[in-house]
Amino acid sequence: MTYNFAFLDEDTKRMLRRSLLKAVAIPGYQVPFGSREMPLPYGWGTGGIQVTAALLGPDDVLKVIDQGADDTTNAVNIRRFFARVAGVATTERTVDATLIQTRHRIPETSLREDQILVFQVPEPEPLRTLEPREAETRTLHALADYGLMHVKLYEDIAQYGHIATSYDYPVRVDGRFLTSPSPIPKFDNPKLHQSPALMLFGAGREKRLYAIPPYTEVESLAFDDHPFEIQQWEHQCELCGSGESYLDEVIVDDRGTRMFVCSDTDFCGQRRAEAQA
Amino acid sequence: MYVAVKGGEQAIARSLEHLAEARRGDTAVPELTLKQIREQLRLGVARVMQEGSLYDEELASLAIRQAAGDMLEAIFLLRAYRTTLPRFGYTLPLDTSAMRVRRRVSGTFKDIPGGQVLGPTYDYTQRLLDFGATPPAAAVLADAPLASPMPRVLDLLDAEALIERIEPGSDPEPVDLTREPLMFPADRATRLQNLARGDEGFLLGMAYSTQRGYAESHPFAGEIRMGEVDVVVCPEELGFAIEIGSITLTECQMINQFHGGNGLPPQFTRGYGLCMGEGERKAMSMALVDRALRCDELAEPNYAPAQNQEFVLSHSDSVEASGFVQHLKLPHYVDFQAELSLLRTLAAQHAADSDEPLLSAVGGQQS
Repeated sequence: MTYNFAFLDEDTKRMLRRSLLKAVAIPGYQVPFGSREMPLPYGWGTGGIQVTAALLGPDDVLKVIDQGADDTTNAVNIRRFFARVAGVATTERTVDATLIQTRHRIPETSLREDQILVFQVPEPEPLRTLEPREAETRTLHALADYGLMHVKLYEDIAQYGHIATSYDYPVRVDGRFLTSPSPIPKFDNPKLHQSPALMLFGAGREKRLYAIPPYTEVESLAFDDHPFEIQQWEHQCELCGSGESYLDEVIVDDRGTRMFVCSDTDFCGQRRAEAQA
Repeated sequence: MYVAVKGGEQAIARSLEHLAEARRGDTAVPELTLKQIREQLRLGVARVMQEGSLYDEELASLAIRQAAGDMLEAIFLLRAYRTTLPRFGYTLPLDTSAMRVRRRVSGTFKDIPGGQVLGPTYDYTQRLLDFGATPPAAAVLADAPLASPMPRVLDLLDAEALIERIEPGSDPEPVDLTREPLMFPADRATRLQNLARGDEGFLLGMAYSTQRGYAESHPFAGEIRMGEVDVVVCPEELGFAIEIGSITLTECQMINQFHGGNGLPPQFTRGYGLCMGEGERKAMSMALVDRALRCDELAEPNYAPAQNQEFVLSHSDSVEASGFVQHLKLPHYVDFQAELSLLRTLAAQHAADSDEPLLSAVGGQQS
């Protein structure tokens, strides 16, 4: 038997697109949708895969990254899936992609208006760890009552002197909805703000979609006397020498020697190619 | 050296080869046929069909073989196939009172019209391993055929108005949980749909907890019946009902004590479980959990895990649970790096505050 283009049937894609339009119309709002059971496991990108499947056309060029890298096994597997069921062109180059599906990172290379970034989201509800009941968190969002989160951040400051959240750092989208940026490091949060590219978020297991439309205000929560700050390294990438990118720490021997390299493999590779040229 | 850290196409290709080899095992041993699985592992097939939400013994057998007997993986395979199937119609409600019963027991009355019928059950097998080949066996026919239709035990109580009455057709039109997201609070039909797809082990544990004081509901197994039920559809273009086949079902109706509340008099209440194929453990567990989840409707104190619908319904699905638990083996090094960085800051602060030397094992000089 053969599957439909990009696996999902056209009715399902239409349902997804309608949900995505609603998500774009209400930035940061979690839209419940009829998430389908996909042939890849929940928690492994089923939300992102459904969004990608709903958007892909035959002329699209797809890039898939996990932890910023194109060659991590799950990214490879998702790219293989779409090459198989949609036959679309794939790329590892950020600038060549029309659609980028990502897990845990935003590419270092600035995105453009003609690109879409699709995030895989494990837990769409930023309040979930503070309030497990879904009926309750939906009410809090309706009332824009985000006191719980502010108190949590305040308690961090009272206890540690600074906010102790390093990834999945909560943001307020368009001055309204408290939103999870997915577990990207807070280093990437500034890239959400006024992004020229459309950013779509898919949570398959939790059955929610949300969006940050292009050129939208995205504010990382903070206090006047404790402004938002991102991670910084004393190191530079040992492969390309970048001092501005997010670095992964790699243990290279059994004496615990560390090496710092870019998590964004395409960014790092391009820089090295330029340096050699 | 660094390149080796990251995986890639090749690694996946090799892994798939290893898997294929391991799945097949010793090639000198003949491969299992789907017929063998279907005939000789019928209870496994039933579970995969039930939790895979697809009544197809052949595809379930294929899934079991492909999954090397891992039932949850087989269920996942069947679900991933099912999701691609178009919906061309819906059946009329199944009539389990017209079931051609092969097994029917009640724990509430010693004798009942139609009798207690054990049928094929493991209940009284004594669980001694049968070493050696299983000899072919043929059951001795009963002296007389079973009553048809077999009267339902709960209808006897119903006549006396001792048990809550649920009017036929009073159920709301069900939503399809594979097409609509689960929203809270969920009505009973939606909850039952979720439980029907739920993991047997999870439901068993939840049901067990209600018997050990976490939402005690004093259950009695009013009736458990297993047998074949006709499936009937009424295509719009025909305008009359036609039978398209029959399927095996197990149904459990629990009878639970209720002292009255929410404007209702003291009476027996019902917990309901239904399962494709022979799945008595699942059907009974489902019935207990269904009853526990009715606590708000019956104004009972709601304090136990099995009564909490968000807790039960959000965690019952094995495909969701298995995927998310196991996603932890995916790379998380970006977040882990962020945590390392944070932890070093906190540890340095702690050391500065307490004047204790920082353990050098933590390493790194990152800010």
